[in-house]
Amino acid sequence: AENEPSWGTPCTQLLVHVSTPGCDGFPNLDSKEGYNLTVSKGSMLLSADTIWGALRGLETFSQLVGRDENGTYCINETEIVDFPRFPHRGLLLDTSRHYLPLRAILETLDVMAYNKFNVFHWHIVDDPSFPYESSTFPELSKKGAFNAMTHVYTASDVRAVIEYARLRGIRVIPEFDTPGHTLSWGPGAPGLLTPCFVGKEPSGVYGPINPILNSTYQFVTGLFQEVSTVFPDFFLHLGGDEVDFTCWKSNPKIRAFMKEVGFGEDYRKLESLYIQRLLDIVSFLGKGYIVWQEVFDNEVKVRPDTIIHVWKENVMEYKEEMANVTRAGYQVLLSAPWYLNRISYGQDWREAYKVEPLDFQGVPEQKALVIGGEACMWGEYVDVTNLTPRLW
Amino acid sequence: RYYEYMFGHSRRRRWGRRPLAARAEPELSELQVVIEAPEPGCDSHPHLASREAYHLIITEPVAILKAEEVWGALRGLETFSQLVHEDDYGGFLVNESEIYDFPRFAHRGILLDTSRHYLPLKSILTNLDAMAFNKFNVLHWHIVDDQSFPYQSTYFPELSDKGAYSCNLVYTPTEVRLVIEYARLRGIRVIPEFDTPGHTQSWGKGQKDLLTPCYNGKQPTGSFGPVNPILNTTYDFMTKFFKEISSVFPDKYIHLGGDEVDFSCWKSNPEVKEFMKKQGFGTDYAKLESYYIQKVLDIVSSYKKGQIVWQEVFDHKAQLKPDTVVQVWMENNYAHELSSVTGAGFTAVLAAPWYLDYISYGQDWKKYYSVEPLNFPGSEEQKKLLIGGEACLWGEFVDATNLTPRLWPRASAVGERLWSSSNVTDLQDAYKRLTNHRCRML
Repeated sequence: AENEPSWGTPCTQLLVHVSTPGCDGFPNLDSKEGYNLTVSKGSMLLSADTIWGALRGLETFSQLVGRDENGTYCINETEIVDFPRFPHRGLLLDTSRHYLPLRAILETLDVMAYNKFNVFHWHIVDDPSFPYESSTFPELSKKGAFNAMTHVYTASDVRAVIEYARLRGIRVIPEFDTPGHTLSWGPGAPGLLTPCFVGKEPSGVYGPINPILNSTYQFVTGLFQEVSTVFPDFFLHLGGDEVDFTCWKSNPKIRAFMKEVGFGEDYRKLESLYIQRLLDIVSFLGKGYIVWQEVFDNEVKVRPDTIIHVWKENVMEYKEEMANVTRAGYQVLLSAPWYLNRISYGQDWREAYKVEPLDFQGVPEQKALVIGGEACMWGEYVDVTNLTPRLW
Repeated sequence: RYYEYMFGHSRRRRWGRRPLAARAEPELSELQVVIEAPEPGCDSHPHLASREAYHLIITEPVAILKAEEVWGALRGLETFSQLVHEDDYGGFLVNESEIYDFPRFAHRGILLDTSRHYLPLKSILTNLDAMAFNKFNVLHWHIVDDQSFPYQSTYFPELSDKGAYSCNLVYTPTEVRLVIEYARLRGIRVIPEFDTPGHTQSWGKGQKDLLTPCYNGKQPTGSFGPVNPILNTTYDFMTKFFKEISSVFPDKYIHLGGDEVDFSCWKSNPEVKEFMKKQGFGTDYAKLESYYIQKVLDIVSSYKKGQIVWQEVFDHKAQLKPDTVVQVWMENNYAHELSSVTGAGFTAVLAAPWYLDYISYGQDWKKYYSVEPLNFPGSEEQKKLLIGGEACLWGEFVDATNLTPRLWPRASAVGERLWSSSNVTDLQDAYKRLTNHRCRML
């Protein structure tokens, strides 16, 4: 214990006390982020259960330090007991619609830390491009990236993001969205996507992942095996949104399969079949998963600890969805009112601020299933030239 | 600077080394720029009647860029730089071409607002570069307004001393000169706007008794309204102030504003009410506004400057000078307004459909591109009176952190609409060129 400085002497030290260190570990959904910050004459103390809480407290402390007209740094006497309301506070970046150079991602992680965000939801691949360099399937980015030399994330880039995030108490949850949103996967994985037909002839166009082939599941296993190792967080986001059934319907082999298994004309059952097998694969790899709301809406059988991500925007609709999802007992993440890519004139931050995530019909047990939310910055009209002023 | 634009950003710059093998293709070794008029204009400032046409003939071994005045040469140089492209081996190529080009409209402007948020010099200069890439030729500098007065006046230093956001968020005379010269070298006119009698809150901080004191019954409330139109001191001030402005800004035109004058403060002031009675204006405060504006128009005229005003000045029936330009900005039924303005014989500039500060999700450049400025009822002569338009980026939600991505490349759509022929309207073709152009500008 240091000597207590006397009254009037400037504070020169912020003592940081962490009860359960874990500096070498990764933050997770259950991490405790509470902290106590006491600033009084002669001593400043930041204490937290975990290093993650200490990070939050450090951010707060840095915001409290001011400067007077003479340039002297000063801070008010303060007593703060702080902890987050929601444990999952995320930001989605889309690096498929437009590639984002590493520095843009790292800069975003910095600003996330200033705002106590703790989850980076990396929507890394999608229809337009596949920038993720896979060691198991190098052709994916070689054929699927906008430019295989300049517009990819190498293994070392990915490691850099994960570590940079970790040092800021931010979890990195990658999203490999399937079976839709996968056009860029096709060139590097021939036979993966469903060939669409016009009558009896293939049209040359491809649709979602082909759910009736064994090779599909072999591929998916291989890819997710790698992804599970590369990304340390317990959770993976598996997507599952906006699956367009028209291509499946046009494919004769798929129609034959539908008849064989007795699904009739209900293609949601085929989607379910794929998703269920995917969830089993991912579970077996020891990961938990988050899926977009369609997986729930289409009545896919998911594990009880699946997290459902609500995104569809109609006001009444999303509140009803929150109620339905939680009534069925699933944990839920809210993004619907926070699609920040949908810009409009004026102070639209107010609309985002006014959202009350628990404002839906449900009993307290349901409300407890809301683990948080995510602000989404989809990339259709966003790249490094406008990301920062659009997001912050 | 065009050499740098074309060859400087090469990804595979080969510092002057020429390929070892002789190239089979014809080689272009020189672009000759020929300016034909006896007065090329290199030392003067661009103006509304500047000739911007150019003739570009690209053929081996020497290409020729011919223009009457240097302003046309600048436009041609921009086009030439867009035609030069780099192949995968670091060689630069240009197609054999012959282009004869000239602008459809003579006034092609961008409005920047440096009062709602101060814009550092660098932002303004970067923007002038972007304007040159898009053949814009007018910077409408909305330099002061209610929120702040960053223009450092030599006759009235208190205006910015008291009215700027802070002492370092000002434009000194040197900086103003820099902007004007940087613009001139790109063939861009700088038209300053000193908007009165409304939009002047910041003027009152440094100029006592300029603004009208508002009243609540018999008591002044302590707040102020538009410029006080009934005092002689007001016109003494304006006379001196616009003398300075007329000499600082070389362009033939000054924008005098005149928009959105809120009459409530005037109505509340007993002396103003008294004046209204004496003048026989009754309760028609538009007449008082016109009375004020006419006097300012006279003042500015006496300094041999032309004036541009916002549409309300015309709408409220002030007596304009024959060469006063009316800027149409209200979006509702602007075609009708264009008819009225040109029908009354006045020159018009269109801004209404091009308020780029009104952002929205998606490809809104398409709606800016699709505007046809001459789509208003009127005769041939009337249509000739529409001299161009301006893309406006009002500053309520804009500062140096977001100016460039917010303004560009959306303003490019307006630039093409104002330069190119009326039949250049294909959105798909424009999309292809716009995406390339954007990457080039970056």
